[in-house]
Amino acid sequence: MKKRVEMMVKSVEEIALDTFEMTLENAFIAKAAVPGQFLHLLVDGHTLRRPISIANIDSNRGTVTILFKWIGDGTKRLASCQAGMNVSAIGPAGNGFIYDASMNTVLLVGGGIGIPPLYYLGKELRQYGVQVKSFLGFQTDKHIFYEEKFREIGKTYIVTDDGSYGFRGFATDVLDNIGDFDHYFSCGPIPMLQSVTNKLGKYSGSISLEERLGCGVGACLACVIPAGSEGGYRKICSDGPVFAADEVML
Amino acid sequence: MTQLAVDLPGLNLKNPVMPASGCFGFGREYREFYDLNQLGAVVMKAATGKVRYGNKTPRVAETPSGMLNAIGLQNPGVEEIIAHEVPFLAEHDMPIIANVAGSTVEEYMTVASTFNNVEPVKALELNISCPNVKEGGIQFGTDPHMAADVTERVKAVSHLPVYVKLSPNVADIVGMAKAVEEAGADGLSMINTITGMQINLSSRRPLLANKTGGMSGGAIKPIAIRMIYEVKQHVSIPIIGMGGISTAEDVLEFLLAGASVVAVGTANFQNPYACPEIIEDLPDVLQQYGLDSVTGAVGKGHV
Repeated sequence: MKKRVEMMVKSVEEIALDTFEMTLENAFIAKAAVPGQFLHLLVDGHTLRRPISIANIDSNRGTVTILFKWIGDGTKRLASCQAGMNVSAIGPAGNGFIYDASMNTVLLVGGGIGIPPLYYLGKELRQYGVQVKSFLGFQTDKHIFYEEKFREIGKTYIVTDDGSYGFRGFATDVLDNIGDFDHYFSCGPIPMLQSVTNKLGKYSGSISLEERLGCGVGACLACVIPAGSEGGYRKICSDGPVFAADEVML
Repeated sequence: MTQLAVDLPGLNLKNPVMPASGCFGFGREYREFYDLNQLGAVVMKAATGKVRYGNKTPRVAETPSGMLNAIGLQNPGVEEIIAHEVPFLAEHDMPIIANVAGSTVEEYMTVASTFNNVEPVKALELNISCPNVKEGGIQFGTDPHMAADVTERVKAVSHLPVYVKLSPNVADIVGMAKAVEEAGADGLSMINTITGMQINLSSRRPLLANKTGGMSGGAIKPIAIRMIYEVKQHVSIPIIGMGGISTAEDVLEFLLAGASVVAVGTANFQNPYACPEIIEDLPDVLQQYGLDSVTGAVGKGHV
């Protein structure tokens, strides 16, 4: 059950080019949230809240970590928050990744600011003894974040659009000879997700989507995506943001 | 004791605050946050004759002190709404207003008459002002003859009071209001969104897939107040006021301009508790400004 809560900013840090890591304290969210869910954050002076994926949770400290990219005035304001300030959040919002501990090996395929929710997921899966292989794509070497954290939970392949670090290309370009796995989880820009679902079409997979949200709770029908076989639309904010790979038409 | 109750054609409201059509779905999402019995009434998402899937995305864009939307009347169709959404809302102690949309006069008439004898639905809001569909919608809301015609024909087939939702995208709002009043409207609902556009600098294309969208939120409040104020001087039917309301003070401003009750739209997105919080604050705000009832404030801003 999601609620509107006040979360206290513990820290804000620019961890890569235009990419910020913010840690927020709230015991309810830290307890209730699962990987793949997001916070719908109120930013001073803005009509619409900003949906930001949860990148990590420290349940002992009651803290939630989010990563976001400085794109416009809203994220700029969010990045300028100081420790000790309160931020209004609706959360935990949306449905998280579905996984089970009986999986032997999973792939995480992420692009850019779609990568953060995969970290929280991978960390949880690793705790259940699931083997995690990560394929992460960034724009340039300056945009790379969480490389070490991903390496701690499993084999990690980094690619960049311009080849300034690792393989040059997209995360999907290195998805050959991946060996056996039970399921893939992917989050990133739509073209990347299209490429991932095409390339891994015969495997079972889950994808997490981004869109401009209105209400963020499923009422306004702003963030819809065409459903696969049965027609109509799915709501990204409340039916998703995580969907089975064949449930929606990218 | 401050009196919040208001009686309007077909509607006995315990307080003057209802969520606006399209900003509240059919209430299910907001029941997660609070008890819907607190609401004065509820206006359902627009109903059309058959299922409509709406526009392509992006469907929303933020603007200074507001937003643009172009949802495109996505809804499951009137039969489905009556079968699955009305029963849910009817579990609550509040009148239901059905928002009726269409592409043709015949579709408006079909949808309106389908709500006849659906007991929990106490009134219709005739949506002749949706700016986001290619056919119908706003074209009925910008021509006084077409607006009067659709009002008259819907009145002829409906057993329910009809509140006509006016578009602000007209030069003469008073002319529109008078035309639908003469055609038999029981009330007015105003204002719908104002057509706008935002262009993405990187793609050099309109941000919304529909190119244009309806603007709402705090930025349009002064336009709503002005239009309600002008219309109030020329019609005698009650007005449901809307356009950028987010606080109890805003509600009072709409009452003073001439609205009898109000609807809250965009504010629900920023604050899912907007409606109950406004209702809770309203008695104190009325008291603060020397008023002891909602009805006593209506039209008191006129000089």
